[in-house]
Amino acid sequence: MLSIVENDLGTPASRAVTTVSLEIDGKTVSVPEGTSVMRAAAMARTAIPKLCATEMLDAFGSCRLCLVEIEGRKGYPASCTTPVAAGMKVKTQTQKLGQLRRGVMELYISDHPLDCLTCPTNGHCELQDMAGAVGLREVRYGYDGANHLAAKKDESNPYFTFDPSKCIVCSRCVRACDEVQGTFALTIQGRGFGSTVSPSQNDSFLASECVSCGACVQACPTATLSEKSLIQLGQAEHSVVTTCAYCGVGCSFRAEMKGEELVRMVPNQDGQANHGHSCVKGRFALGYATHADRITTPMIRQRISDPWQPVSWETAIAHVASEFKRLQATYGRHSVGGITSSRCTNEETYLVQKLVRAGFGTNNVDTCARVCHSPTGYGLKQTLGESAGTQDFDSVEHADVVLVIGANPTDGHPVFASRLKQRLRQGAKLIVIDPRRIDLVRTPHIQAQFHLKLKPGTNVAVLNALAHVITTENLIDEAFVAERCEGPAFAKWRAFVSLPKNSPEALEADSGVPAAEVRAAARLYASGGNGAIYYGLGVTEHSQGSTAVMAIANLAMATGNIGRVGVGVNPLRGQNNVQGSCDMGSFPHEFPGYRHVSDVAVRESFERAWGVPLHDQPGLRIPNMFEAALDGSFKGLYIEGEDIAQSDPNTQHVTAAMSAMECVVVQDLFLTESAKLAHVFLPGSSFLEKEGTFTNAERRISRVRKVMSPKAGYADWEITQLIAQAMGYPMNYTHPSQIMDEIAALTPTFTGVSFERLDELGSIQWPCNEAHPLGTPTMHIGEFVRGKGKFMLTEYVPTEEKVNARFPLLLTTGRILSQYNVGAQTRRTPNVMWHDEDVLELHPHDADVRGIQEGDWVGVESRAGDTVLRARISDRMQPGVVYTTFHFPESGANVVTTENSDWATNCPEYKVTAVQATRVSQPSDWQRRHQAFTERQLDLLGQARSPAP
Amino acid sequence: MNVERLVSMANDIARYFASEPDREEGIAGIASHIKRFWEPRMLQAITAHCRDADGAGLDELALAAVRRLGTGGL
Repeated sequence: MLSIVENDLGTPASRAVTTVSLEIDGKTVSVPEGTSVMRAAAMARTAIPKLCATEMLDAFGSCRLCLVEIEGRKGYPASCTTPVAAGMKVKTQTQKLGQLRRGVMELYISDHPLDCLTCPTNGHCELQDMAGAVGLREVRYGYDGANHLAAKKDESNPYFTFDPSKCIVCSRCVRACDEVQGTFALTIQGRGFGSTVSPSQNDSFLASECVSCGACVQACPTATLSEKSLIQLGQAEHSVVTTCAYCGVGCSFRAEMKGEELVRMVPNQDGQANHGHSCVKGRFALGYATHADRITTPMIRQRISDPWQPVSWETAIAHVASEFKRLQATYGRHSVGGITSSRCTNEETYLVQKLVRAGFGTNNVDTCARVCHSPTGYGLKQTLGESAGTQDFDSVEHADVVLVIGANPTDGHPVFASRLKQRLRQGAKLIVIDPRRIDLVRTPHIQAQFHLKLKPGTNVAVLNALAHVITTENLIDEAFVAERCEGPAFAKWRAFVSLPKNSPEALEADSGVPAAEVRAAARLYASGGNGAIYYGLGVTEHSQGSTAVMAIANLAMATGNIGRVGVGVNPLRGQNNVQGSCDMGSFPHEFPGYRHVSDVAVRESFERAWGVPLHDQPGLRIPNMFEAALDGSFKGLYIEGEDIAQSDPNTQHVTAAMSAMECVVVQDLFLTESAKLAHVFLPGSSFLEKEGTFTNAERRISRVRKVMSPKAGYADWEITQLIAQAMGYPMNYTHPSQIMDEIAALTPTFTGVSFERLDELGSIQWPCNEAHPLGTPTMHIGEFVRGKGKFMLTEYVPTEEKVNARFPLLLTTGRILSQYNVGAQTRRTPNVMWHDEDVLELHPHDADVRGIQEGDWVGVESRAGDTVLRARISDRMQPGVVYTTFHFPESGANVVTTENSDWATNCPEYKVTAVQATRVSQPSDWQRRHQAFTERQLDLLGQARSPAP
Repeated sequence: MNVERLVSMANDIARYFASEPDREEGIAGIASHIKRFWEPRMLQAITAHCRDADGAGLDELALAAVRRLGTGGL
């Protein structure tokens, strides 16, 4: 069922700039060339009956309901597949058309259950609407003939049902799966009257290749595919546009509500990041927001071995302030700090860093981007002058060659992946650089031209080898470089990458990638038209993460693939607000807008606005906080929405550091791994419960809108404000829009941003200021932000994390489609039906020599720790490389990862850990300790929730 | 602060700047990076290590850069 508020115009909009005038029912209409007659009529507020048409999909012309009469043309053409023409005269309502349409509807209705009053889409069913529109009054065929009314309902999917008895075989679901999602999981099987929709080969939806993106459910014109929540709760009475809180794509949704109850999330057709598409997480995995595990009462305790004591907000806030004041009085001003999260809004992260800098008087503030995309911030700032991606997502529609390195978009950024796959199906070429054969390498109607299956830790080697080919085979865009880049830096870089040591042949032994493939891929990227690079954490989370980011920027500059649509350097951000949390000054060395704390003029501008002197030295990064805690000089930590005890590397080290602190304050929805080590728990609010903004991977700032009251009474920004006030630092915002106004006043790239402007434009890509009042979809046009682009040297330095006889395998970690990061949200939804535990993927050869069978328990030991996971044997791994995810705390993926980190930013090297894998029969010692600790902490929580009489 | 960890971090930075053809520029780059991103107690710990333990464990370029920081030569 389509959204309850959107007006579907039947066919996609034409992008033509020239217009065509025609006459529809005597009314003159001007529309872009290429528009269908159906859409032109709809734009003129003339509704032509339709069933198989929706603007989500290309016209199909199967239902024969949208027939029209066109002067001078024979017959009754389908208006959905007929483009407008100048001077065309169309009639949409004639006696003959009415007769034909009623005939079609009679056939449909003769094989349809007439249960409208109890049907979940009653009132929003397109079949029902069309029966009314064509004036159907009788069905001459009766209802006793052959029909599908007894067809069995498929309820296997946790989120939607498939009721074939209501199916009109319009193919909208099949086409949505093909055209929009690109999975091709559905098909029409059989012919004529026997035609039915089939997931995969007559499988159930759950067992099929379906990825539960929900595009088919949205496209369905009847109740054949319906959300279970819609069936259970009934239809919404209002909808609110908001932004998804999962990955960095930042999809726009309409939250369809009954009062304060969420009925369903429908991707917003007007959403500028997602254009009406979604994935299984954003559309369906919302159950966590109302899960019984939500903690809604503040709690405090002296020691982490004590039971939690539920207290009032006043008591909790006063306790936090008292403790932080005590710690600062005892151990010094810089003994405390804060951590913001990419899961929080811009306004929340801004307030946390303001609290730390102005309220605590220290720069000890960091964000979880430290452990994901901090190298992006550093690398792109050095080379291009701005710590952000260069394009919008729409840009991919103009790419001719797409280079994906260290990213797995179909799992990590599924809605962008669908856009990318659309472009690839149109013929764009694909280069994948990844140790694993990710799905994108070979997927329906797509085959990567090159898959450079490198060894983990050798990104820079491969990127340098690509650059070597480009420089030595005269593939440089000399004119672009001469005009746009610093000459001396380029000359130095050119001499460096041209050295024989950087040739594909010289680096083949290190990278494992055949030199000939590197050469061919380099030629394709450099000379194949618009070349666009997309990368993810497989680039940044390395000891050379920043070097790799700079190497990517070098490639784009050298080939002139930057500064226009269709090209660019595109970091795919892991979480919804990674870009925003970085923009908001969450890093310890810089204020909002990426300006260093030592910059006197900038610091003074914040001092004037905030009314206090500010520290001029960088603060501690997250890993530095841990070291300082173990050293005894860092004692208090305020964590908003981040779970460092699960997501950060070498979690035993993290746990030891947190245990060494005297006051850990965790503000979150659940008793996370970090909360189990906390002294104060402040119940936070989900994205459904507050106002604010998120900034996605394309620098797009979008509104988050409150659709229900905060379960614990306060939105997160209000809690931070209460702490500030209790600390004696005044904060008196009454709405997050005022926080954004302050951000805009202090940040040159945000000058033109306000809630009012966002409401007006839908979303804004920063920079948005006087020079760019509507925002900036493509950056660096004409000139780089730093003036001239700067080529940086990118020597390949092998990681110190090396395999040896004891640890002969390399472990790399990542994410899966159905789960999200530490899983605190998605583990509390039916998404566990697809992934209920983290597993160890390994190559058949590695499994064979170790006697490991599919499903066996496997001990995974590294220099940092050990854990036990079930084996999944997969030939998408290369021999010598194993893989796991980190969605479940008990799996302990980050017990194994080490503290090796990026040289420039300390982003952990999650992607390279030397391990051994051994068949075992029991959990690891760590897992046993973790289980016992978890049980104890849940018991302590239980005591707080049900105090003894 | 754990000096071993700081030494390791400084060496990582130095390994990046080691490819700089101009040695002086490389040392300046290391020193500037540390100054720009390290919190004062880390800076103090590494310079103290340089002073008190001859910078044991620091690579040659890292040592030169930390010495420069210790003498305020940035």
